[in-house]
Amino acid sequence: MKYEVGSKIATRQAYGDALAEYGCDENIFVLDADLSKSTKTDSFKKVYPERFINAGIAEGNMMSVAAGIASCGKTVFASSFAMFAAGRAFEQIRNSIGYPNLNVKIGATHAGISVGEDGATHQCLEDMGIMRTIPNMVIINPADATEARLAVKAAIDHKGPVYLRFGRLAVPTVFDESYKFEIGKGVELKAGNDVTIVATGLMVPYAMEAADVLAEKGISARVVNMATIKPIDKDILIKAAKETGAVVTAEEHNVIGGLGSAVAEVLAENAPVPMRRVGTQDVFGRSGTPAALLELYGLDTKTIVAKAEEVIKLK
Amino acid sequence: MNSVMEKNLKLAAADIKKMALEGVHAAKAGHPGGSLSIAEVLAYLYLEEMKVDSKNPKDENRDRFVLSKGHCAPALYGALALKGFLPREDIKTLRKADSYLQGHPDMKGVPGVDMSTGSLGQGISAACGMALAGKISNKDYRVYTVLGDGESEEGQVWEAAMFAAHYKLDNLVAYLDFNGLQIDGDITEVMNPTPLDEKFKAFGWHVIVIDGHNFEDIEKAFNEAKTVKGKPTFILAKSVKGKGVSFMENQAGWHGVAPNDEEYAKAVAELDEYIASLGGVN
Repeated sequence: MKYEVGSKIATRQAYGDALAEYGCDENIFVLDADLSKSTKTDSFKKVYPERFINAGIAEGNMMSVAAGIASCGKTVFASSFAMFAAGRAFEQIRNSIGYPNLNVKIGATHAGISVGEDGATHQCLEDMGIMRTIPNMVIINPADATEARLAVKAAIDHKGPVYLRFGRLAVPTVFDESYKFEIGKGVELKAGNDVTIVATGLMVPYAMEAADVLAEKGISARVVNMATIKPIDKDILIKAAKETGAVVTAEEHNVIGGLGSAVAEVLAENAPVPMRRVGTQDVFGRSGTPAALLELYGLDTKTIVAKAEEVIKLK
Repeated sequence: MNSVMEKNLKLAAADIKKMALEGVHAAKAGHPGGSLSIAEVLAYLYLEEMKVDSKNPKDENRDRFVLSKGHCAPALYGALALKGFLPREDIKTLRKADSYLQGHPDMKGVPGVDMSTGSLGQGISAACGMALAGKISNKDYRVYTVLGDGESEEGQVWEAAMFAAHYKLDNLVAYLDFNGLQIDGDITEVMNPTPLDEKFKAFGWHVIVIDGHNFEDIEKAFNEAKTVKGKPTFILAKSVKGKGVSFMENQAGWHGVAPNDEEYAKAVAELDEYIASLGGVN
């Protein structure tokens, strides 16, 4: 499946497409908790119904069932909304999947504030933080449909648990088919010397736009796409901190626990530089259109630009 | 069941109890009460029922066992030692920092352990996953899981109960060790989950009620389970917590406390006396 650069496609759609595309492998099983139309696992179900298992609205059981299936040598995708996967089923993921290092991929859709109108109970802003504390867990938060598809393939090829974070909202496709994705590798999207913007997920296009705005102001901003939150690419971060001397992170997640925290941990120990974190500022979300909420919570170009200008002054 | 087989099973169960107590005593921590109440079913499963081979513990066609009440690992390690999956002298390393025998079963470290368990309610779900994977992959292995009665207070047990019946997992047997006691006391007083037989029946399982210390009952139940089509089987086994050691029997206080040297010696003496009465060798 190829996605046109500039076309708006939700990463969850690419997840479903990729499951259908790579699902010919008879070892792949897909589970869902009554949300297959929303998580897009129904794309897999249509092609391979015999390996699709609906667990009903019982996410805890689903995760442990996934562990049991994986223990029999299968590659298992278990899907729900991020809130109910990472949130409700945390302990099943931790004990049934993480501890025995089983080959379960958690396909968590509807992550972040851009869920929109459903409001705070469904807007998961904690999942990367929660998942990051589990040993063996790989966390991937793709920026667009192209990257989401490649992330699903990489997750299949990786032996062990992976948390895949997808969004509900249709987002601009940034990468064309020549884009290379590798677990644990950040990608420099734009060169720059004055400040580095490290972005993940749907914040990546905003970071690119912010770099353009900053350029008009005479500021040269480097942009790094950090799709893998764990294991995080230390090398690219340390290099960026040393070469640009200031870092801004941007994520659709609480600034506590997610990308901002992960980057701060690396830099504090290896290359401390002034830093600012764009994300939700330890608050719950609310109902609204995705666009209204992204602006309301400061997940936009304007905020990234302001934080970049602020952090440069601290150099 | 012929008398030779019954005698051998009784000796095996007593041996499992001795090993479980040896481990818990050496560790100065662990769960003797519930380990003693499942020794008989473990002896039956590992010696008579399950197709497992210690020389090929990862055989993809093997029967699977999940100790959903993972805190009774000492009894499982005893059964695995009996079956040759681990050297029995390793039992005394239980719960030590340099041992592979964790306080709760770890599938990565112990040959013959099919799922890491310990957090109650999760084992039965994993067993459902194994059973369903077997069905979808056209394997004829069977899956066995042992639950505690207090464990049935976990909501996940009922999620799994729904799942197993929905997917007609007739290759799955859930055996619930109903010893009537949980850490804080009598289960009907702490949080009454009964009547468990009627509840599992209502969830769509084939239900069999037995005496969990009677090998004829155990054999009949597992044989009956094999004849059931289209439904998972639930065996509700009435048992005695601490069975086989007089001062531990029916005492909630022995749920998670290790015997001291004196108590351990007394417990072993009782089990040895029982073994001798059967004509066995200590």
